[in-house]
Amino acid sequence: MFLLLLIHLLIGIAILLSGDRLGRRAFVVAALAPLATLMWAATQWSTVVGNPSEFDELSHASSAGAQFESVRWISDLDLDLYLRFDAFALIMTLLVSGIGLLVCIYSVGYFSHIKPGQSRLAGLMTLFAAAMLGIVWADHLIALFIAWELTSITSYLLIGNDDRNPRARAAALQAIFITGAGGLALLLGLVIIGQSAGTYRLSELINSPPSGSAVAAALVCILLGAFTKSAQAPFSSWLPGAMVAPTPISAYLHSATMVKAGVYLVARLSPIVANTGHWRLFVLVVGSATMLIGGLRAMRQRDLKLLLAYGTVSQLGFMMLLVGTGEYKIAQAGIVLLLAHGAFKATLFMLVGIIDHQVGTRHIRELHGFGNGWMPVKAMAVIGAASMAGMPPLLGFVAKEKAIDAYLEYGDFAGSSATLVVIIAGSVLTFAYSARFVLGVFGAYGTPDHEVHSRSAPAPSAIFVAPAAVLTVLTVMVGLFPVAISDLTKAALLSLDPDASPSTVKLWAGFNAAFVISLGIIATGTLLVIFRRPVSRFQTACAQPLRALPSSGDVYGGTIRAIDWIARRVTRTVQSGSLPAYLLVILTTVVVLPVIPMLANFGDLPKWIENPIHVPIVAIIIGSAIGAALIRRRIAAVVMLGAVGFAMAALYETQGAPDLALTQFAIETLGTVLFVLVLRFLPTRFIDLAPAVVRPLRLAVSFLVGASIFVFAIASTNARDDVAEESISVEMIARSKPDGDGKNVVNVILVDFRGVDTMGEITVLVVAAVGAVALARGSRRNDEELADLERTEEPVS
Amino acid sequence: MSVLLAFTAATLFSLGTWLLLQRRLTRIVIGIGLIGHGTNILLITSGGGGGIPPVIGKGDKGDFADPLPQALALTAIVITFGVTAFLLAMAYRSWQLTHDDVVADDREDRLIAASRRTDSDVADVEAAERAHITDSSGDEEDQL
Repeated sequence: MFLLLLIHLLIGIAILLSGDRLGRRAFVVAALAPLATLMWAATQWSTVVGNPSEFDELSHASSAGAQFESVRWISDLDLDLYLRFDAFALIMTLLVSGIGLLVCIYSVGYFSHIKPGQSRLAGLMTLFAAAMLGIVWADHLIALFIAWELTSITSYLLIGNDDRNPRARAAALQAIFITGAGGLALLLGLVIIGQSAGTYRLSELINSPPSGSAVAAALVCILLGAFTKSAQAPFSSWLPGAMVAPTPISAYLHSATMVKAGVYLVARLSPIVANTGHWRLFVLVVGSATMLIGGLRAMRQRDLKLLLAYGTVSQLGFMMLLVGTGEYKIAQAGIVLLLAHGAFKATLFMLVGIIDHQVGTRHIRELHGFGNGWMPVKAMAVIGAASMAGMPPLLGFVAKEKAIDAYLEYGDFAGSSATLVVIIAGSVLTFAYSARFVLGVFGAYGTPDHEVHSRSAPAPSAIFVAPAAVLTVLTVMVGLFPVAISDLTKAALLSLDPDASPSTVKLWAGFNAAFVISLGIIATGTLLVIFRRPVSRFQTACAQPLRALPSSGDVYGGTIRAIDWIARRVTRTVQSGSLPAYLLVILTTVVVLPVIPMLANFGDLPKWIENPIHVPIVAIIIGSAIGAALIRRRIAAVVMLGAVGFAMAALYETQGAPDLALTQFAIETLGTVLFVLVLRFLPTRFIDLAPAVVRPLRLAVSFLVGASIFVFAIASTNARDDVAEESISVEMIARSKPDGDGKNVVNVILVDFRGVDTMGEITVLVVAAVGAVALARGSRRNDEELADLERTEEPVS
Repeated sequence: MSVLLAFTAATLFSLGTWLLLQRRLTRIVIGIGLIGHGTNILLITSGGGGGIPPVIGKGDKGDFADPLPQALALTAIVITFGVTAFLLAMAYRSWQLTHDDVVADDREDRLIAASRRTDSDVADVEAAERAHITDSSGDEEDQL
């Protein structure tokens, strides 16, 4: 598995590095990665899915079929990359790599007139596929989170690939803003869950469910992450915006794979936590709202792609309602719907892309039906939309039947009957917008005064249509013979919940209540289609009062503006550009924070005066220092500083440090010479430029710094007395002669025991010297260049 | 460490800070010098009280002043000198450019603070909103 991820990364990066050289062949190269993954997944099929007969009895050996792999990363920190491949991961892998492969082939047709920068999409898509596989293969919550964020980032880059288009940039920003905010919440939730459960391994969570007071809050955070990623209300506004991306991207990321990451996570966690906190309530409320709102809005779109986008929002809500309850029977319907939706929605997106590419529009008013050779497209549009609407005998029908049946039979939790009503209503809406899609493709909404003549549009080539055809065949065949996926979904369910006893997936489950409801949905949906004009007028009338309310898009725009405003304010206050102001803040922080704990250890004052000779020396030091600070004549201030230095030399001498005294003496002399060298250029006097308000502040901070240094000195002296161990210097003194062959211990320490320190010191001096020389000489060269410039310009003027 | 020396170090830090917060580079250099002296007092007294110079063969080892803080202070003295020299070179450069040694406010930072320009991200969002309003494919009244 790790190898496959590496292959994806290598191919993706190679395509990105090749720039535009590959052209649309980049998509052929990109197809290699999903192809390899699919082939590998096929070899694992029997291991992971296992023998179906075992599932009929209540065998708990489901996780035995999972493949584990761990890659050691940093052994000292116990950092490993844990991967797991079970039947549910297999289903997601089929979606990611199967649809990925088809989308790559489709892209070759779609980008027939490829523009510069578009082959980048192939590389980004491959990187995205790696991240998405990382999500579904990760067996560690943090690894899952990282892959999760990587999909957000690649999605951002894919949406905003056309970086000259402000709408693409805005949509990309909105997508990463919303999913990124959710990602932060997710991280918080995952860490709390991992800590309270004692394990970050997903495969172990089921046996040691998290407990503790913080878990309920953590689950809300995780749901926030899942809801933003899967475009649930009220976070769904980014998904329709993401439709500015080229259609292959929309078909791949924003219908079949990435937006299902949230569904995936909820499905993984629901069997463990559905009864903890308000998990199920949240899922049901948000999923219901999403399913209905998405459906209602899909019915009002005139852009076929936007219609499908809102349809995806609605279906994602539906999936949440199925996988998030924690009831395994219902979850199995969710797994079937995952597969069905991946197949029909990718098909429909591809068809819209074909229409857009051949005709130049995907607006239903500008489509008036098609000419010869468009039969396959029309047929596939009908089949795909019928599967979406839940018409027998297609895969979408199987999924919806199973969902309604499961809710009827096993929905015994609070709110289950209300949710069933929502699912039925949502399905009616789905039928209605599916019909709108078909009618739109057939030109029923076309207005004659439009210029575009879709009838004369050239028919698409076979290779362009083939990927959609593959998916359509799957939709029909698996719909007719659902036994093909029966074992797979059973095994997937068992890998989610080992205690489940999954049932066989059937096309015809008998003349039961679910079938009657399905008939009712189709009948009601047909009525909505027949009376679509009054329905539309009614919707418009209902929407009128809602317009006063801010939409989620308005909220987003307001948030962005508010962030900008706050950032501006913060920058204005914090980043004023004034060095003294920065120093003021830094020094106050440095001084105040460490001193507070030190005050606790302050203890008694030590003796006042150690050595009487200190008194005159200190008097000179303090007196000269005050002079250096107050005198306004530059040279005089420097002389005062020199006086402090020489008095310091005397202080060193009294402390038994003749080396220090000598060094100080030499340095002070040299320093004074340097000062004089520079100061002879500068004005003789200082003028204080600071405004009046700054001065008391400056005084206060200076006083604070001094006071805290005093506290620090006393506290550290007292702390030193408490240490029982012998000073490290004792050994240095003892070893000085035998090891360092020197009598002066300070010198031996400098050149021997702590020789590396001295090396560093020399380096600092060299750097300072190089810098000083460069500053002094560089300017001279500038003057010469300036002079040269003046000389050369003279003849011109 | 005696209270007297602690007070001396504190005073040097106070005065040094006061100078450091000024706008004249010369005063800042002097301030750094004073803070350096204060630090050296803290360093050498961190080894406890004074003693006789730590030279083997000159007196009893038990009376030696702690040699390690001395070595550290020596390094500190030299590095403070390096910093001073560098800052003085900067003051010289400043004089060459402006004939003064004022540390002026960062011009770019001032411009950022004063700017009323809309952030490019916000401009994109607003452009997209405008396009959405005028775009007929939007989510609006359907005549059918």
